[in-house]
Amino acid sequence: MSQICVTSLPNTCHSVNDFVVRFANTNGTGSASANNMFAKAIIRMGIPVSAKNIFPSNIQGMPTWYEVRINENNFLARRGGRSELVVAMNAQSLADDIESVASGGYMLYDSSRALQTSEIRDDIHYLAIPISAICQKEYQDPRQRQLFKNVIYVGALAALLNIEFDVLKALVAEQFRGKDKLITPNIYALELGYQYAHQHFQCPLTLKVERRKLINNRIMVDGNTATALGAVYGGATVVGWYPITPSTSVVEKFASYCARLRIDPATGKKNYALVQAEDELAAIGIAIGASWNGARAFTATSGPGISLMTEFLGLAYFAEIPMVLVNVQRAGPSTGMPTRTQQSDILACAYASHGDTKQVLLFPQDPFECFTMSTQAFDLADQLQTPVIIMSDLDLGMNDHLTAEFSWDDEQNYQLGKVLSAKQLDELDDYGRYLDVDNDGICYRTLPGTHPDKGAFFTRGTSRNRYAGYTEKSADYVENMERLTKKFTHAISLMPAPEINQSTKRAKIGLLFFGTSSHAIPEAIQQLKDHGLSVDTLRIRAFPFSDSISDFIDVHEDVFIIEQNRDSQMRTLLSNELSIAPAKLNAIANFDGLPLTSTFVVSHVLEHFAKQSSATQVG
Amino acid sequence: MSYQKSKFHHPRLPVNDLGLTYRDYEGALSTLCAGCGHDAITSAIVQACFELSLPPHQVAKMSGIGCSSKAPNYFLNKAHGFNSVHGRMPSVTTGANLANRDLTYLAMSGDGDSASIGLGQFAHVVRRQLDMLYIVANNGVYGLTKGQLAATADKGVTNKTGELSLFTDIDLCVMALQLGATFVARSFSGDKKQLVPLIKAAISHQGFAFLDIVSPCVTFNNHASSTRSYDYVHEHITTAAVTDFIPVKKEITSDCQAGVCEDVCLHDGSLMRIHKLQADYSTNNAMKAINDIENHKQKGEILTGLFYLDPNGDSFHEINNSSDTPLNKLNQDVLCPGNRVLSSINDSFR
Repeated sequence: MSQICVTSLPNTCHSVNDFVVRFANTNGTGSASANNMFAKAIIRMGIPVSAKNIFPSNIQGMPTWYEVRINENNFLARRGGRSELVVAMNAQSLADDIESVASGGYMLYDSSRALQTSEIRDDIHYLAIPISAICQKEYQDPRQRQLFKNVIYVGALAALLNIEFDVLKALVAEQFRGKDKLITPNIYALELGYQYAHQHFQCPLTLKVERRKLINNRIMVDGNTATALGAVYGGATVVGWYPITPSTSVVEKFASYCARLRIDPATGKKNYALVQAEDELAAIGIAIGASWNGARAFTATSGPGISLMTEFLGLAYFAEIPMVLVNVQRAGPSTGMPTRTQQSDILACAYASHGDTKQVLLFPQDPFECFTMSTQAFDLADQLQTPVIIMSDLDLGMNDHLTAEFSWDDEQNYQLGKVLSAKQLDELDDYGRYLDVDNDGICYRTLPGTHPDKGAFFTRGTSRNRYAGYTEKSADYVENMERLTKKFTHAISLMPAPEINQSTKRAKIGLLFFGTSSHAIPEAIQQLKDHGLSVDTLRIRAFPFSDSISDFIDVHEDVFIIEQNRDSQMRTLLSNELSIAPAKLNAIANFDGLPLTSTFVVSHVLEHFAKQSSATQVG
Repeated sequence: MSYQKSKFHHPRLPVNDLGLTYRDYEGALSTLCAGCGHDAITSAIVQACFELSLPPHQVAKMSGIGCSSKAPNYFLNKAHGFNSVHGRMPSVTTGANLANRDLTYLAMSGDGDSASIGLGQFAHVVRRQLDMLYIVANNGVYGLTKGQLAATADKGVTNKTGELSLFTDIDLCVMALQLGATFVARSFSGDKKQLVPLIKAAISHQGFAFLDIVSPCVTFNNHASSTRSYDYVHEHITTAAVTDFIPVKKEITSDCQAGVCEDVCLHDGSLMRIHKLQADYSTNNAMKAINDIENHKQKGEILTGLFYLDPNGDSFHEINNSSDTPLNKLNQDVLCPGNRVLSSINDSFR
């Protein structure tokens, strides 16, 4: 029986379509798919949702959380703070989970084990469901007893939060399509929870969802899947890789899409090749070798892999070999927090490798951009003959996000860059691999096997003259390095432009950010407005930087650069590359490994002005 | 610097089936030390490719870093070359080969490049059964950095400055045999008669071919206490079998006598004719080959010749079931599934 009923607290949380549900589970118990079904059901009801998986670097037995934010204003960043409803299924983390309930909120727990007195807070509601006992009675198989626990609480939540039961039933049917005999038992488990809640609690609670039409054409998908799909659409055929969280699923998804979409219908043979390499050195070596030979190739990795790949990134930069590298960033340094998010490889990637090197970076903000930038990265790499690094992160890569649906223009052609055919070589009197014929720093390359007599050259990481011959002449070396700078500057014209939101009456405050930090911005703008502050924003989408970034910084009095690393690496890169006085850029640096919240941004902006005004008063 | 050779040549130089002369297979003038074993290997490669009538531009020359890795510049001028980073030639070659299965991959590495910094990449490219010829020019010493001991130097030898080799040597042929290479041989840069047929057979072999070539360093490892000096190798070399390479079209003029001669048919129809010098010699027993190598080493001898050959093993592309068309020749219409497919993928995320 329920221990405490739902009416008496004076400050009970009330909300329709604006609250956070936090699931506390044990990893390896199958909770992820049940929690995902919960989030998806709300989306199917037309209500925007974001879902964050906060998981350990472990396979079984450690605490893991899943945080679902429901918000009909589309404020879908992690909200932070305590949650209105916590589903506490893990005894290990119970004490913390009880603390994580907002005052006046609810805690749903498995009452098969009674709570200790110390676990009773007097400012929250307890929703007691004897989930283990129900499973014990209903199921014989131990694995089923475990798995259906998760489904039972989803059923109960449907009753408690007013989720349409038919939506859940449809989701179960889709999830187990092809394994039809699992559909009925899963729906039965949903029913068990649903009925229990109806019989024991006043349903719905003061927190509930109501059907809306706010999703439109958006889809719910993780960034790694989107990046992988972009690589399929971008024409990647060769992948070298080494497993590392949180990038692994980029290659796994690429493999599974290729197994469906890249099999030659006539022969059954693969129009792609994947090698799980011995380490990240080999993974990037494979991508470089394949690109050198004219195939589109990529590798995906994260922090420690980036460190290992830097020597090869220098070779590809200097020898001018296209390739795509997907960096799904996680919290460093060293092994760091492998299952937490950060944007902390900005400098390591921008200047990857020894000597004077600069790498092209793309900063996707959501799965839609993971897809488009992934397809675009292959064009850019071929056009610029240099590595292109897609700077994703764990939050973007591994969590599901509501995002614009993917689209592909069938009229669009791959931009393969300056590659000479045998016929073009025949027409040339003089061919030099590093001759800057078009005066844009980008020279013409040839692929092995193209022409019996012309166009062959020696690719090398040593200094070379215009004809690819080894040289130690300073003039040749300097000319080549200057041409590489010219090429990098030319690249700006091909990069995705920054996204600038500037009101007609220019604001005093300018916010700069990139990647997943953008998720917190709409809400931050709203909150700042509530404090009487209006802001203009600029989202950086690529490095090298466009001049419009300097202009934006110049025209705003108070400029903040918001990022998810300790040292404000983007601020350093901006100062360095655009010759901006560091004092002009106020750093807002979130680096706790959890996705940025609007509260963090707003409190830092307000703190800045508070300090400024007290300094003025003192002055 | 690389100096190009004069293109001037005798008007009646013999031509091969492609109408090319030996000179068409040469590269830039070598900048290695006079008498370097690697130059003899270069010359054997040139001869082998010329005699095989290999279209030079259909070869990709792959290398890492070191004296040996400079060598590809000195042969096959009409072929593309890739001098990558130290110890990483195998991964670059893997990628290149995956992208275009139609080229011949001729890779040149050294003992530092393969037995030290690149040992992991060496092991894994063997496992991967990449269709390539992997040559190690093995001189037991780091030449470009002036004479440090390599991991292939025998335990107990000293380098030119008198530093003692304290640890057991790594035998790359033994490793290749253990890891499943389908063609494994050792030769000596000074024995062109043995070397050229081995290179020809290794190029014709479909699958991973490994050729360890003892190649003395005249500058840093040719002294009396070295076991990789010209004198030592000449005195201690033992040959298991003499191999001839008989290309597809060539008529076989003499019979192979049972017991002393064996013909092995390679994938492309060419033959390796093996004249056994040791009664119990065979080419199909990797474990025995490892034993033979180790037994000779115990006696202070360097065993050379073809150690192992499996002409029917699958190479990477068979294992991967790759498209017959090289991946780099596939067009957008084959690679890109198009917007109609994408909209059904979108529906799976709703």
